[in-house]
Amino acid sequence: MAYLKIDHVGIAFQRAGATTEVLRDVNLSIEKSEYVSIIGHSGCGKSTVLNIVAGLLEPSQGGVLLEGRAVSGPGPDRAVVFQNHSLLPWLTVRENVELAVNKVFRGKRSKAERRDWTRHNLELVHMAHAENKRPHEISGGMKQRVGIARALAMEPKILLLDEPFGALDALTRAHLQDQVMEIHGRLGNTIIMITHDVDEAVLLSDRIVMMTNGPAATIGEDLRVDLERPRRRLELVGNTTYNDARAAVLEFLYARHRAPTLAA
Amino acid sequence: MVHSARVVALPNLKTAPPAQQAVLHPLAPKPVSVLSRVVRIGTGIVTQLAPPVLTIAFLLILWQMLASSPTSALPSPMRVIGESWEIIVDPFKVGNGIDQGLFWHVTASLVRVAYGYTLAAIVGIGVGVLLGQSTLAMRGLDPVFQVLRTIPPLAWLPLSLAAFRDGQPSAIFVIFITSVWPILINTSVGIRNIPQDYRNVAKVLRLSPIEFFTRIMVPATVPHMFTGLRIGIGLSWLAIVAAEMLIGGVGIGFFIWDAWNSSLISDIIVALVYVGVVGFVLDRSIAAIGHLLTRGTAAQ
Repeated sequence: MAYLKIDHVGIAFQRAGATTEVLRDVNLSIEKSEYVSIIGHSGCGKSTVLNIVAGLLEPSQGGVLLEGRAVSGPGPDRAVVFQNHSLLPWLTVRENVELAVNKVFRGKRSKAERRDWTRHNLELVHMAHAENKRPHEISGGMKQRVGIARALAMEPKILLLDEPFGALDALTRAHLQDQVMEIHGRLGNTIIMITHDVDEAVLLSDRIVMMTNGPAATIGEDLRVDLERPRRRLELVGNTTYNDARAAVLEFLYARHRAPTLAA
Repeated sequence: MVHSARVVALPNLKTAPPAQQAVLHPLAPKPVSVLSRVVRIGTGIVTQLAPPVLTIAFLLILWQMLASSPTSALPSPMRVIGESWEIIVDPFKVGNGIDQGLFWHVTASLVRVAYGYTLAAIVGIGVGVLLGQSTLAMRGLDPVFQVLRTIPPLAWLPLSLAAFRDGQPSAIFVIFITSVWPILINTSVGIRNIPQDYRNVAKVLRLSPIEFFTRIMVPATVPHMFTGLRIGIGLSWLAIVAAEMLIGGVGIGFFIWDAWNSSLISDIIVALVYVGVVGFVLDRSIAAIGHLLTRGTAAQ
């Protein structure tokens, strides 16, 4: 029995009388502690998959099972790290995490425990030093780290990362990828990450799920990345498994399923 | 600010060779910082105050020159002070009927504004929230509001006099109907503009409707709300002066109209100064409250 099962999911949107089928027959099983990336060209519907797992979108067909139970509606057991951090600008870094902690653990943990837990999660992403700053006072990378801390603090069964490093510069992105790898190694979270960055997908994932182009996009290929953990980006340069995985994904994206606009 | 700090620091840098500078710095930081702070505050005050003071002086001189000819229709500043000395020095005068000091006239106007504006704020924010949250309410009410809000304030006055049969509630109604639209429309726009991301965060956290209202909707909308409240207070003050000219009684608007009927042009000018200053203070007060409530994220 898979930990998370996306079962024959399809979704169609109706706009101005026309129906657009975005996803068709998406099937995916994820084991506990697995790190799965979903990669594809922009507009293929990979974020839609994530939003369906999060419960922010209702699929037209099929459904999502988490630990054998059908998922309906959003909830803190499937925490999302949004692409543009989505911190509330009127709250401090600590208050942003606290909002989640208090909501999820009120009645289950004492006030002091909740405060320690907030602090602990900020320390996990190395942001405890800025806990009293407001989002506009910290850099984009730091905001994203707080977004990750907020998601981790909910103790989700599955962590959903929606292009979490997409808006960051290359150096900050690498730094954050390392931190996420370290946290995943330490806590063994189950993670689904949406990305369009091939290197990022190969470096971080146990499995890379490649999506075909829409409309009616589906999973084209499911590639296992058998690389030892902990992984270090420098040591992977020249590694055959790494290079083969990278080549396979590139081949899928640029030879067999070119972006529709580029193919025309 | 930065410039003044540099002016103080530069002589030090010039006299001290680079090698000595490192030694000098920790030894004598206090006198330098105190001196530079005094100079900085001093230059700050001068650079802040000098431009407006000079501008006002220039305008007064220009006015004096333009209006000093004996055939001039309007009085010069010196003549205004001379002719209206009585009302300038005694704003707290208590007399019979409408023969009151300017302070009491302004107070009477402010009381009317307070009633009308408070009502407008409550109704405007309430209906604005409804319009922002419900697409159905928006579709139904928006066209009506878009037409109503273009009606000039004074056009409402005869109708409200007919309805209330009294000057006081009619004036308050005119204030209300003038200032409610910007408050209402800005509030609803603020709520519509709450980023989808914040709504998604609320959904993932499963915030209750009340939690969503207090933790997300109010803080996200307050800056917009205060834009509307600020436009609203300005419009109220514009409308009250005009409305009072027509309804009579104690109030700065009727004071101006009465002065015109008595050909006391200097009194009108003194009253206009009051109207301007009070309007300015009202605008800044609402801006300051908004600044305080949004912890500085609202536009100044």
